[in-house]
Amino acid sequence: MEPSSPMIEVVDLVKRFGDHTAVDRVSFSVSHGEVFGLLGPNGAGKSTIIKILTTLLPPTDGRASVVGFDVTKQAMAVRRRIGYVPQALSADGSLTGFENLMVFARLYDLPRSTRDSKVREVLALMGLEDAAGKLVRTYSGGMIRRLEVGQAMLHQPQVLFLDEPTIGLDPVARKAVWDHLGQLRKQTGMTICLTTHYMEEADSLCDRIAILHLGHMMALGSPAELKAATGNAGASLDDVFTSFTGNTLETGGSYRDTARTRRTARRLS
Amino acid sequence: MTQRAPVAPHDDLVSTTTTSQEQQFPEESFLGAIKSFVEKTFTIVGLEARKISHDPTDVFTRAVQPALWLLIFGEVFSHVRAIPTGGRPYLDFMAPGILAQSVLFIAIFSGIAIIWERDLGIVHKFLASPTPRTALVLGKALAAGVRAMTQAVIVYLLALLLGVHMNWNPLNLLGVIIMIIMGAACFSTFSLIIACLVKTRERFMGIGQVLTMPLFFASNAIYPVAIMPIWLQVIAHSNPLSYEVDALRSLMLAGGASTTGLGWDYLILFVVTTVLVLIGAQLYPRVAY
Repeated sequence: MEPSSPMIEVVDLVKRFGDHTAVDRVSFSVSHGEVFGLLGPNGAGKSTIIKILTTLLPPTDGRASVVGFDVTKQAMAVRRRIGYVPQALSADGSLTGFENLMVFARLYDLPRSTRDSKVREVLALMGLEDAAGKLVRTYSGGMIRRLEVGQAMLHQPQVLFLDEPTIGLDPVARKAVWDHLGQLRKQTGMTICLTTHYMEEADSLCDRIAILHLGHMMALGSPAELKAATGNAGASLDDVFTSFTGNTLETGGSYRDTARTRRTARRLS
Repeated sequence: MTQRAPVAPHDDLVSTTTTSQEQQFPEESFLGAIKSFVEKTFTIVGLEARKISHDPTDVFTRAVQPALWLLIFGEVFSHVRAIPTGGRPYLDFMAPGILAQSVLFIAIFSGIAIIWERDLGIVHKFLASPTPRTALVLGKALAAGVRAMTQAVIVYLLALLLGVHMNWNPLNLLGVIIMIIMGAACFSTFSLIIACLVKTRERFMGIGQVLTMPLFFASNAIYPVAIMPIWLQVIAHSNPLSYEVDALRSLMLAGGASTTGLGWDYLILFVVTTVLVLIGAQLYPRVAY
């Protein structure tokens, strides 16, 4: 893979569920080493796009490729090269941090001889060495998140996907996860694609942002470019969002999404 | 957070990325793919089995149902002598049926875990990894078999206490273990398929309840198929549980004999389980939609 060719390429992507169009002709590309944010309220289509890019959901129309591989025709090749951190906290509470990583070391076919050292390396990278032998049940929310990022990093993916990485976290843990992602990206030069509905998060983490609203891409650019486009020098990303969608971020969100967010928040507290 | 330009990757990482591209992936060779498939299946089995050992009180609550069936239903029908058992005490006849039943009851509700895992994003994480879908489904099926072993221990203990004439030949015990794993794998995968189709806990529980009774009563678990009306015999003969019970009855009991033939019993369970696992592997990714 040449560093100049896009790591993620999405062309006229469409996803319909029955007669509901969740993603409507969205196109963008993400280059090597970039942190790309999909920003929008619940129901904007950002999770659907992440699911398509991580090979979990076939698109209705259009195409998407990751690291040069088509997400439907070459799904296995894509899976080998990506890391994925789902929205809810999915680490296994009845296993230790070390064991949680070991499961994924096996599933990603890490050679037996290097598994142990690789797991320890990732624990160190995520600042979890001291907690490695403790049951994940006893971890704080921020630690679980870091462990999950670690699970997604074991096989040195070229693109890391994070779906709402800080949802349900308190401000301190949220900041810690941001710092960690920033550090990780500095150390590895990895391409990161994340979804969020926190303006602040998009602003501080992302090189470029796509603003999504009801399945449509309303705007695409760096936070500075988007702010400048509103014609208001002191615009915040909230203002940007309102100016592009005519809506505030608070709209949207189904009962199920809300229930899931609350459940995550409860597991964290 | 002022620096926004993409950071150039370090040299060491560039080299690891290139090696990972040149690295041979297991699916590129046939033997490698099989080895990786088996290893991943057992990774899932290990993961699932660990969750079981988690709550030991569960083992006791699960002992209650087979105990009640053997003690109450079994004792009563032993005295009624209404069921032709081929000359053996009714409790003897029934014990293998109750073992198969308690394995069935656990397995048929195991699919609900998929719905939980969907809500927690666990399904998504596994599906986004390079793990064959069949390995994920087969791993869960075999883990249900491991879970069913506790039921076997419970029923063997109860049978011992109630004076059932058991066969303790190690080969027979091995045969029982294999049959229970296959039975649990068969019905838990059936359960997984239902969970993949209905997608909500409420509907799943409803359907689970509806299915359990006919699966149990339209089988040879507590009476021989021969006493049923013809239409019910047809159903009983197409019910995998009947073959599981037949095998258990011939292996568990002293002087036990199979009516359908042990070979058939194993073959039928194997084929049905394989087909269900393959269907399950097709449907499982839909849970993440």
